Amino acid sequence: MAQKHEHDHDGSEHSSELSEMQLRVRALETVLTEKGYVDPPALDAIIEAYETKIGPHIGARVVAKAWSDPSFKRALLDNGSKAVLALGAVNPVGDHLIAVENTPKLHNMIVCTLCSCYPWEVLGLPPVWYKAAPYRSRAVNDPRGVLADFGVKLPADINIRVWDSTAETRFIVLAMRPAGTEGWSEEKLASLVTRDSMIGTGLPKQASEVA
Amino acid sequence: MDGVHDMGGMHGFGKVESEKNEPVFHDDWERRTYALYRAMSYAGVWTIDHARAAREQLPPDVYLSSSYYRKWELGMEKQLVEFGLAGPDELAAGHALRPGKPLKRKLTADEVPGTVTRGSFARPPQAPARFKPGDRVRTKNIHPSTHTRLPRYARGRVGVIEALRGCHVFPDSVAISKGEDPQWLYTVLFDGRELWGKSAEPSLKVSIEAFEPYLEPA
Repeated sequence: MAQKHEHDHDGSEHSSELSEMQLRVRALETVLTEKGYVDPPALDAIIEAYETKIGPHIGARVVAKAWSDPSFKRALLDNGSKAVLALGAVNPVGDHLIAVENTPKLHNMIVCTLCSCYPWEVLGLPPVWYKAAPYRSRAVNDPRGVLADFGVKLPADINIRVWDSTAETRFIVLAMRPAGTEGWSEEKLASLVTRDSMIGTGLPKQASEVA
Repeated sequence: MDGVHDMGGMHGFGKVESEKNEPVFHDDWERRTYALYRAMSYAGVWTIDHARAAREQLPPDVYLSSSYYRKWELGMEKQLVEFGLAGPDELAAGHALRPGKPLKRKLTADEVPGTVTRGSFARPPQAPARFKPGDRVRTKNIHPSTHTRLPRYARGRVGVIEALRGCHVFPDSVAISKGEDPQWLYTVLFDGRELWGKSAEPSLKVSIEAFEPYLEPA
């Protein structure tokens, strides 16, 4: 019985999680503020940055630029961090951003099996599924099955390459430019680039979807 | 450590469920948890490797049944106590019962834009790189009870060095406060069948980012 009680108490998939966590985090913030470790306005500024400034629109701009500017694409594949920094006006990236290119024969997929490593400078904070057990467990041995969960079916002759982000290197997938987008502006191309296409669990939108 | 966090290749977790138009945070306590973690990390008491190790050390049932930010919150509480920054009595009371310890620095709102970039983990090497692209290597069959970034599914396997990624702080050392001990980092590429046997799709390739101490010539 004692064990069961403890399990119930620790369990968090129940509706009690929110109130338990609200109370717990409020207590934590109060302690850290009273001890002089944190400054609440700084916390607000961090939240604002991640909710309003840093997100997949940055990565979409990088991909769209690579689609329309061959010299930028070469620079991006050669040194992702340097190329993205040179774009300016985007969030500074760390020194190990690596862009990996999809081709008619190869599809790349990014995972972090050990935790939640993600190129948040260019994609924002990762979605829940990226950090959860189903994706982290299956991406490395059943990537085609994972793609099916996302409704993506690749031709059998496209090989799959999975990158497990086990260190501080970070990866972004450079998908293939959709057909029928000749002459499009970078801005319009960026509207085709989905977050999932930059992780490798999706493909860019088709031209007809944004026309 | 061989914990439940090391999930690559495990079965039984079900389908990947993607949420349409997912918000950045799902509740205000998630916002506060994330921001508290960022602000406390800025203070320079612990590193990202300490934080990862703290989450991995949560009891397996807690790890598996907790939402992402609950793990972060519980991990942070553990670190605060371990680093002597707060007592369990204070966390339980929801108030400081003693003055804080002096910290190296404290994050202010106007410094936030400069902190939302990734830190640099590159360091000068201690020795020349042992391997070069094209070399065949075998990952070591190691099972440290402390933090490591060599996943279980890729231990004792033969792969090829695809790229040298520079020299970085070594998480296995930093996480146990034994110093940065910088090590060369490589992308090591494996055939799916080397990792998973015949059940893998023949064309599957999987890479990990492996620190040099994880590798030996094959």
